[in-house]
Amino acid sequence: MKRILALLLAATVMVGTLCACGGTTSGRNSTASDETSSFGADAHDNSITVGIAQDLDESLDPYTITAAGTREVLFNVYEGLVKADSDGNFNAAVAKEYNVSDDQLTYTFKLRDGVKFHNGETVTVDDVLYSFKTSAATSVETSLVEALSNIDSIEATDDSTVVIKLKKASAEFISYVAYVYITPKDYADNKNQPIGTGPFKFLSRSVQENVVLEKNSDYYGTPAYLDKVTYKIYEDATAMVAALDAGSVDVCAHLSVEHVEGLNDNYNVLEGTMNLVQALYLNNKKTPFDNEKVRQALSYAVDVDAILELTEDGHGTKVGSAMYPAFTKYFDASLSDHYGYDVDKAKELLKEAGYADGFSFTIKVPSNYTPHVKTAEVLVEQLAAVGITAKIQQVDWSTWLNDVYTNRDYEATVVGFDAATLTAAAMLQRYTSNSDKNMFNYSNEEFDKVYAQAEASTDDVEATKLYKQCEQILAETAANVYIQDLAEFVAINKNLDGYKFYPMYVMDMSTIHYVE
Amino acid sequence: MKYLLKKIFTLIITLLIVSLLAFLAFQVISDPASAMLGTSATPESLAALREELGLNRPIPVQYFQWLTSFLQGDFGTSYSYSMPVASMIAQKLPITALLTFFSFLIMIVTSIPLGIFSARREGGLLDRSLTVINQVFMSIPPFLLGVVFTYCFGIGLKFFVPGNFVSYRESWTGFLEYLIFPALAIAIPRIAMTVKMLRSSILNQMGREYVRTARSRGSTKDRILTHHVLRNAIIPVITFIATSMAEIVASSIIIEQVFAIPGIGVLLLSSINNRDFPVVQAIVMVLVLWVVVVNFIADLLYQFMDPRIRLD
Repeated sequence: MKRILALLLAATVMVGTLCACGGTTSGRNSTASDETSSFGADAHDNSITVGIAQDLDESLDPYTITAAGTREVLFNVYEGLVKADSDGNFNAAVAKEYNVSDDQLTYTFKLRDGVKFHNGETVTVDDVLYSFKTSAATSVETSLVEALSNIDSIEATDDSTVVIKLKKASAEFISYVAYVYITPKDYADNKNQPIGTGPFKFLSRSVQENVVLEKNSDYYGTPAYLDKVTYKIYEDATAMVAALDAGSVDVCAHLSVEHVEGLNDNYNVLEGTMNLVQALYLNNKKTPFDNEKVRQALSYAVDVDAILELTEDGHGTKVGSAMYPAFTKYFDASLSDHYGYDVDKAKELLKEAGYADGFSFTIKVPSNYTPHVKTAEVLVEQLAAVGITAKIQQVDWSTWLNDVYTNRDYEATVVGFDAATLTAAAMLQRYTSNSDKNMFNYSNEEFDKVYAQAEASTDDVEATKLYKQCEQILAETAANVYIQDLAEFVAINKNLDGYKFYPMYVMDMSTIHYVE
Repeated sequence: MKYLLKKIFTLIITLLIVSLLAFLAFQVISDPASAMLGTSATPESLAALREELGLNRPIPVQYFQWLTSFLQGDFGTSYSYSMPVASMIAQKLPITALLTFFSFLIMIVTSIPLGIFSARREGGLLDRSLTVINQVFMSIPPFLLGVVFTYCFGIGLKFFVPGNFVSYRESWTGFLEYLIFPALAIAIPRIAMTVKMLRSSILNQMGREYVRTARSRGSTKDRILTHHVLRNAIIPVITFIATSMAEIVASSIIIEQVFAIPGIGVLLLSSINNRDFPVVQAIVMVLVLWVVVVNFIADLLYQFMDPRIRLD
């Protein structure tokens, strides 16, 4: 009897003490990693926690990065000879200046003095040559490999100059140079321990838990303000929002409207765009989508404004073709209204095409992307109004990649395409007939012709015009039913400032700082 | 001795069969190469990657290759992370192990006194209400409790921040604090089952002849309970508790998802999503090993506690 009582008492005392500790401290601000996020006071720690929705579940090797989320984080670690800024211009980075010959075939890069890798070694021309060679050989980004295969010769003419000679002149070559990340010659462990030249060093990562970067105090340019950035992984959106609410996360990007609506006022909410093109992508080889009139009918049947209103409270930007608004150089806003919302016109076109009674098809949507699922649901309703029955089939991401992207085994899908490199080709090359990334099976002679002209052009102004013409062809032939570039929201601790939106999927940590 | 050998033999066969099944299951689902390359994939890069990963070899060859490496301690390299699988598991296993032991501890410390208490006060108001509560909690699955805790205590009462896991490398107290609710979510249904079992076992014993003899000799009910009955009554319960260890690990896989605890469970699920076969296979083997070992220990315990039972 006494033994039992003693046991019970011991248990109660133990649980009681633990709960008591829990109650007072685990609420707002006690755990070691988030001392700085007790709002207001502790900026001394000068480090922040960023919430990300997916782990960097791939090797961190600079040339085999495939996930946008990985690129977003490693943007702070790796750099090329030139680097993009928030306006989309390419500025000198590891190279201090570069020169393009008049015939656009010779690029001369002068290396900056004393640029150090994160392991302390100085960057030499050998490292640059090595990086170009390895990039061309191992990169999984085919557009980059193609651009690099255009290199006729690359050599170091002296200790600080690299001269690249191209086979064919190209106005866009410099954009691709930015993606040849410079890493130490013969260094083989980038996949686990990246070494670059950027404003932040990679410190460590714990699978499914976090990734930690720390400041590179030997950075050649303006050093970063923060000492440490910890990316914490919150796969569940509710957990992410709860963490924001409790103050354990300082910055969180790529949020949707409903996430930010309930946030307390310890955060500022910034609005930007996701830099992708969301559309009802159609398999142009499958009936009835092989019929241009049917595709155009769908474009008339879809009310984009209503989609924006219903799924994002009116945020988001219409696009009329395969280009997103932040890429101002190539974006053509007039294409967004090319079709407009016209149910009668849609029905008329369907009748002309022979589908007066409508038809039915399946939309395969990746279940992990809620915005695309929501858009698909609205689409189903809108299409029903013109007699078309659409059915949604949700699949997980790997299945989507396998079935839709690789095997092109689908009728329609709703997804967003972003630009892996900041070039027109990244968005448009897919549409050429023999592109192996052409999951839409789109084939249009005129498009192929104009695109080839744009690619071959040596005059940037002319090339831009031609690319825009490509976009117009896509809109006119209704390659897909283009919808929008999603709005993205960034919740940022109101003691932080300096967040800049880039026209690509990156988060620049070097400009973020505490305001006292 | 013979018994031990037989058990080990069964263990090995089980492991082999399970590994084969997991391997075959993976051949049916889609392709790791396309999962790894994502939207950068082209037919050439996919083909090259498949060649590199050895996915083009005939299935029996792949399986035996994996098996021989595994037996030598080489668990392979993760397709996604390019890290050795063994080190990934070694990092995550302590977290799940600690969660499991924590739940187990709560379970034992609560259910045994409660069970005894309930049996002693049989028929009383406390006992009857406890029985009802038991029934309710026995039928609630752990993940549902986990979700309820997250909403009530996490988001509602703010006792903890859901998703804000603290690693034991940073702070032991923070780590244990965060694990309280997950451990409770796992433990409570099993506590309910154990209490019910212990209670009926005790009552069953109390109706036996030897108890009547002891009473007639003048022992008090309490003394009989602690000195005679408990020892007999607890035998079936002990083995139940031992096998609970296996169940708890299974529950913790789900609970880890609910509370965003980066342990083996989360790693398993995300590896399945990423088609990261080496990691999945290794974790499956670890889990099977654990279950079989736990059951084996339960058998031994049973023999130990009751000398009348000899499972040769």
